[in-house]
Amino acid sequence: MPETTYREAVRDAMSEAMRRDESVFIMGEDIAEMGGSMGVTQGMLDEFGPDRVRNTPISEMAIVGAGIGAAMAGMRPIVEIMYQDFTTLAMEQIVNQAAKHRYMSGGQLKVPLTIRTQGGAGWSPGAQHAQQLEAWFVHVPGLKVAFPSTPEDVRNLLYASIYDDNPVIFFEHRTLYGLKGDVPEEIEPVEFGKARIHREGEDVTVVATGRLVHEALAAAEEAEGEGISVEVLDPRTLLPLDEDAIVASVEKTNRCVVAHEAVVRMGFGAEVAAIVQERAFDYLDAPVGRVGAKFSPLPFAPIMEEYVVPHARDVLAAIKKTVGKN
Amino acid sequence: MATAEKKSHALAPDTLKDFLREMLLIRRFEEMVEERFRAGELPGFLHVAIGQEAVAVGVCRALDDGDVIASTHRAHGHTLAKGTHPNELMAELYGKIEGCSHGYGGSMHLYDVERGNLGANAVVGGGLPAIVGSALAFKLRSEPRVAVAFFGDGATNIGTFHESMNLAQLWGVPAVFVLENNHYAESTPAKQQLPIDDLTKRADAYGMHAMKIDGQDVEVVYHAAKKALKHARDGKGPVFLHVETYRLTGHYIGDPQVYRPKEEVRELRRTQDPVEKLRSALELPDGEWEAMEREVAEIVEGSVEFAKAGTDPKPEDALKNIYA
Ligand SMILES: Cc1ncc(C[n+]2csc(CCOP(=O)(O)OP(=O)(O)O)c2C)c(N)n1
Repeated sequence: MPETTYREAVRDAMSEAMRRDESVFIMGEDIAEMGGSMGVTQGMLDEFGPDRVRNTPISEMAIVGAGIGAAMAGMRPIVEIMYQDFTTLAMEQIVNQAAKHRYMSGGQLKVPLTIRTQGGAGWSPGAQHAQQLEAWFVHVPGLKVAFPSTPEDVRNLLYASIYDDNPVIFFEHRTLYGLKGDVPEEIEPVEFGKARIHREGEDVTVVATGRLVHEALAAAEEAEGEGISVEVLDPRTLLPLDEDAIVASVEKTNRCVVAHEAVVRMGFGAEVAAIVQERAFDYLDAPVGRVGAKFSPLPFAPIMEEYVVPHARDVLAAIKKTVGKN
Repeated sequence: MATAEKKSHALAPDTLKDFLREMLLIRRFEEMVEERFRAGELPGFLHVAIGQEAVAVGVCRALDDGDVIASTHRAHGHTLAKGTHPNELMAELYGKIEGCSHGYGGSMHLYDVERGNLGANAVVGGGLPAIVGSALAFKLRSEPRVAVAFFGDGATNIGTFHESMNLAQLWGVPAVFVLENNHYAESTPAKQQLPIDDLTKRADAYGMHAMKIDGQDVEVVYHAAKKALKHARDGKGPVFLHVETYRLTGHYIGDPQVYRPKEEVRELRRTQDPVEKLRSALELPDGEWEAMEREVAEIVEGSVEFAKAGTDPKPEDALKNIYA
């Protein structure tokens, strides 16, 4: 079980697929010589050459669209969008085209495209470089959405995404790239829609994504010291979503908190809360708590940024409130 | 059609000294920013425009009061040249309320509306359409004002560039598009992102009046900008000002520049430094140069002191200014 970083795990999944399969290639801005703005594709140009590690102009809409076309023509492209904020430039192609070709063609076409992107606050880049926009995509039928939080999951899920016959929006979290973890020697593709329980507990279920998985685990540790037993569940893929795992966990703990870095309002957590009340209402002993960013663009000044984005202490506060211990 | 612009008439030495002082101020300011960033004092993501000072100064000195600009992620020079006090800019980089964006923006989001800076933009091409719209507003109200967009060669590949050029020409609005062609988009050289040699052709495609100039000579930039602005202000439509320039540092502070040979940067620094070029053209006596250096150093150091003594926002200030 070699230890690897989240960053290396992403690279590993892509390289493995590209070694195995000529139809897999990657394109994006500054991914070749520079190895990507986050260093994820470092070394890949040397191994695979400029045809398969394609540096592109700054043309998000066109490169996503070209990815769609290549996918429809039998390739399995990976498109890297440097910052999640810039997926907004490609939204038309993602929402109206990628997500809908299969449907509009009555099942004739498939779009096996993986769009990798990253984001995450905590380094004061300001309002246009660290947003978390996953809720925009889980609203769109026809897309799949993954948001892994560990090296093992990021590798296995990315591999699965590349081989999925549908367009996948694949979110990586900027602050996790350096995270180390054990990964199995062989890639074991994970099925989409299967949650991972990171920690078992009895009193409350925290459904967390991305960086907040780790914040939730830290909060759970603290809560333990105060006699609260916390279960931490990471859905890993947001679309499809492992509703059964969430419901089963809440049926056991009778309480639920959802936690993500994105803005709370209309966030992914709102959907989880709705599912829980629909499917486990009779099991709930408290309202579902929600943790996320305050309703504000990301401010530049670190003092304000720190205030806007959620931390372990916010998860802990929500846990305590839910169990009536604040 | 593209026309190569030559110096039409020389500026008075005092004017050029003033330009030199402003360019030197921007240079030393940005060097201080690099230093303070490396010392861990500045948060965020910073890009300096070392090597491109003559563009900022030449264009901004040609503007009238009332003209507006939109800048990019590489915005310190434009902001200073448009009149923002170095104290207010440095305070912004330190995240203070006294900053030109009051701590909300940071290096990539410098605003100074009173001085006609409608904002730097961290999204490549993000500011171009609004410049067309501001110019439209000036036209609709018959105001003799011009809206100016700064952007890089990389930005000419994004949709907003093409849509903005088309719209501006179609509507004949008083806008000037200043292309700062520094031959790289982050790590990507021209040959990997541009299928044509001369980006002036992109203006030709929209029927827009274009000029191509040397951006390392501030006097050339100034004269060309004056002409472009006059053209726009006189109601003759927008202008594409293609400025050849060079980035003498990394794309962002800390960029190891693995994508270009060290020799290239050394050579550019030797031959394409706009500050040095003007200094030697002016044949400034050593004493005068040193006095200028001292004056500028004082301003830059003063800006750091001002910034450090500034007021931190309160955490909950984050929830202000979201709606008007
Ligand atoms: C829409 C968008 N895509 C990608 C980026 C990341 N990025 C920031 S600056 C840059 C290169 C810009 O090149 P250019 O327009 O030539 O300006 P320069 O950096 O040379 O001043 C890139 C790709 C971005 N900020 N916005």
